[in-house]
Amino acid sequence: MREFIERILNTAQVRGANYADVRVVRRQSQSIVVKNGNVEALSIAEDQGFGVRVIAGGAWGFAASSLLAVSEADRVAAQAVQIARASATVKSRDLDIGPGIPVTDRYRTPVEIDPFGVPIERKIALLLAADAAMRKVKEIKVAESSMELFRELKTFASTEGGFIEQEIIESGGGIEATAVGNDDVQKRSYPNSFGRQQGTAGYEFIEAMDLVGNAERIAAEAAQLLRAKQCPAGVTTLILGPTQLALQVHESCGHPIELDRVFGTEASYAGTSFLTTDKLGSFRYGSEIVNITADATIPGGLGTFGYDDEGVPAQRVPIVRNGIFVGYLTSRETARVLGQSSNGTARADGWNRIPIIRMTNINLEPGEWEFEDLIADTDEGIYMELNKSWSIDDKRLNFQFGTEIAREISHGKLGPLLKNATYTGITPQFWGSCDAICNAGHWNIWGTPNCGKGQPPQAAHVGHGTAPARFRHVQVGMMK
Amino acid sequence: MLGKENIRVIFEQVLAISPADQTEVLFLGEDSGLTRFANSYIHQNVAQNDAELRVRVVFGKKIGVASTNDLSVESIKRVVESAITIAKLQRENPDFVSLPAPAPVPQVIGYAPGTASFTPESRAKAVGLVCRKAVENKLIASGAFYTGTSELAVASSLGVFAYHPSTVAELNTVIMSDSSAGYADAVSLDAQEIDPEAVAAEAVDKALRSRNPTGLEPGEYEVILEEYAVFDILEFLAYLGFSALAVQEGHSFMKLGQKVVGENISIWDDGLSPGGLPLPFDCEGVPRQKVPLIDKGFAVGLVYDSYTAGKEGKASTGHALPAPNTYGPIPMNLWMGTGQSDKEEMLKSTKRGIWVTRFHYTRPIHPLKVIVTGMTRDGTFLVEDGEIAGPIKNLRFTQSYLEALSSVELIGAQTKLERGLMGGSRVPALKVSRFNFSGVTEF
Repeated sequence: MREFIERILNTAQVRGANYADVRVVRRQSQSIVVKNGNVEALSIAEDQGFGVRVIAGGAWGFAASSLLAVSEADRVAAQAVQIARASATVKSRDLDIGPGIPVTDRYRTPVEIDPFGVPIERKIALLLAADAAMRKVKEIKVAESSMELFRELKTFASTEGGFIEQEIIESGGGIEATAVGNDDVQKRSYPNSFGRQQGTAGYEFIEAMDLVGNAERIAAEAAQLLRAKQCPAGVTTLILGPTQLALQVHESCGHPIELDRVFGTEASYAGTSFLTTDKLGSFRYGSEIVNITADATIPGGLGTFGYDDEGVPAQRVPIVRNGIFVGYLTSRETARVLGQSSNGTARADGWNRIPIIRMTNINLEPGEWEFEDLIADTDEGIYMELNKSWSIDDKRLNFQFGTEIAREISHGKLGPLLKNATYTGITPQFWGSCDAICNAGHWNIWGTPNCGKGQPPQAAHVGHGTAPARFRHVQVGMMK
Repeated sequence: MLGKENIRVIFEQVLAISPADQTEVLFLGEDSGLTRFANSYIHQNVAQNDAELRVRVVFGKKIGVASTNDLSVESIKRVVESAITIAKLQRENPDFVSLPAPAPVPQVIGYAPGTASFTPESRAKAVGLVCRKAVENKLIASGAFYTGTSELAVASSLGVFAYHPSTVAELNTVIMSDSSAGYADAVSLDAQEIDPEAVAAEAVDKALRSRNPTGLEPGEYEVILEEYAVFDILEFLAYLGFSALAVQEGHSFMKLGQKVVGENISIWDDGLSPGGLPLPFDCEGVPRQKVPLIDKGFAVGLVYDSYTAGKEGKASTGHALPAPNTYGPIPMNLWMGTGQSDKEEMLKSTKRGIWVTRFHYTRPIHPLKVIVTGMTRDGTFLVEDGEIAGPIKNLRFTQSYLEALSSVELIGAQTKLERGLMGGSRVPALKVSRFNFSGVTEF
């Protein structure tokens, strides 16, 4: 492998690259979906290839191929340089990625049980048991339980002397129950939305979810939602459960702190950011109890790794401190513009994608409240949990979310279920209205395995640590 | 590109070593380049060459799927063995009937040599033109120029063999000032037919006209939806309701034989028309049928793959995705019937309304009613007394797309080709008499 990689780096330099890096990536995934008693999908996928990124003529070029052969190495390295020279015909200035990073190291996700070592029959049995439990509820038209297991072996090397080998292992699973009736369709998911909860962990992560033990409960809730009252419209106090809060952090904090967005390089697709550089260090993003951290080092988080795809070590950095916006997610190129060093967030979705700034684990740090005390302290309001829909404008200001489940809060007590709950707001006003966050006992990291960004599209695996929190004067109940 | 005969050799290897009752092989190849620009310079410029082999084996009613992008002989053997191992661990799926039988595939041309030979330098030249047009107008340009060649091929032990090479090119741009933005795109099979000057001119004009927007109270307004926004409506109807699986599972708005939108609306899927991005067969090698979905407002048809068709004793319409697929079939070449109007007439007929260039970040909040929320973006204007009164800040809408299509007053006579995830659709502009805006943002 070293010989193959060195050949690519040498070819790129001979062709005129001032800088080159190469990533050789092998991915293995196992996917199981059980639906209404049938194993509807059971597949193993293997994917491999290499990507070459160069700077030539002061501009970026990138080329990638699935064919791990010497002749292809030469062709792709030369193609990357050719593309960089084409880029250089439409450039503003020569690229500057700062001092070299000649790190040599290895990293492997710590796991207790290798998920690929667990027999498939055992996994199917678990999903079938959860499926059967959901279908005990007669209104359930679609019961779906699934598991996604993932291993990525990647070797990064650069002309600066960097050589890093990583093995990232992920395990994910979840269940969904869809109830149909009363001219309505309602869904409940567990433990997270988007089909599953996922982390950098072994099979022990799946076992800890207790999918079977929660299956009948969520199915019954889906059926109850068919008969539930519509979430009322108005301005009220909102308490968000942890998984919905994870997506709130993701959309209204995680994306606008990506420095490439701030600099406009996602403008035509995902958009830009309201957190412009003049706001760094002084802008009030939220109330004084709001502290947000980007932490790529926390065990088990879906955004946890050893090094990013530029060879920069994983880090824990403050983003919002006591409500004040203090930090961005950066890459080597973007950090340089601010006179900083990269905080290690440039990641690529596989061998055929270029590294771009991605969230790591963007965490809302825990507060001091017990959940029960928080409810008891709330005279009137609504509790919402588990995302059903999400939308936010292209500067990440105006958002609207819908949740699978909601409950009325009246006189300090949780009331009956409400359906089709939605809430909307403007990001800094919303976070400015946060007056209570639950403590570390209620805090967990939630995986988001489908964070889309970039062209060609890239899906990143990221995480968010959250505990339930309360927000005042929030507009809820937009169904028209 | 690997080419038809090389792919056939790989398929023969797979079929020869598979002991399964039925075996299917799918090949998906892509050789593509994409040049991205922002702040009026190229900031990302990439190329990739990839080929995936996906093997589905069937023992009785037990099915296993494995895939790889390593096309070596050893890897091909391994992927077949993996699929067999999986199938043997499977439980029987009583709803499975059979892999599809072979059927003649219509010949359609979806390949333009001019796209296959388009170079990074050619993309940079076009992008440079767009950037210069922006800079000349004291604006900044961002966007992307994609050119790609794909190969889709399917074979099975039942005698299916289908191969289709295709190309597509898309240039899109958002041109911005400090307070405004304008969007434009162009899609074609042939990169040589993309006119960067026209794309730049459209977006520059929008960016200039939408400077210094003012706020407008949310509420119900007449709207003129450009083709970019109408495409979003069509994509959601496809995603939420046009699949046979969505109906079988009870979460589609499509009640066959019932009126679901206005009588002036007809929608169909046609993967064979040369006016779109044709794809003559699906991922099971089944020829695509032209499927009427909504005819004069009435739900009249759905798309099927072999699995959903087998459940109803019907034939697949040729809309399968790669196995294993729990999402069901999906139409990828949608067309909306045209009217006799144009955007100028729509403007003149509007007393007080909103001109929407495109939508952003749209998501369903009630799938059965197709209630969707999202933002306007890149050129939103207030219309008063038949004229553009001025630019307005972007609005959030929360609106049933079915209700919107039930109150369409005017339909454009021309359609525009827009690229989706795996296909292309042709849509006209619409004037809708009632559209609900539920919020406003700060720009």
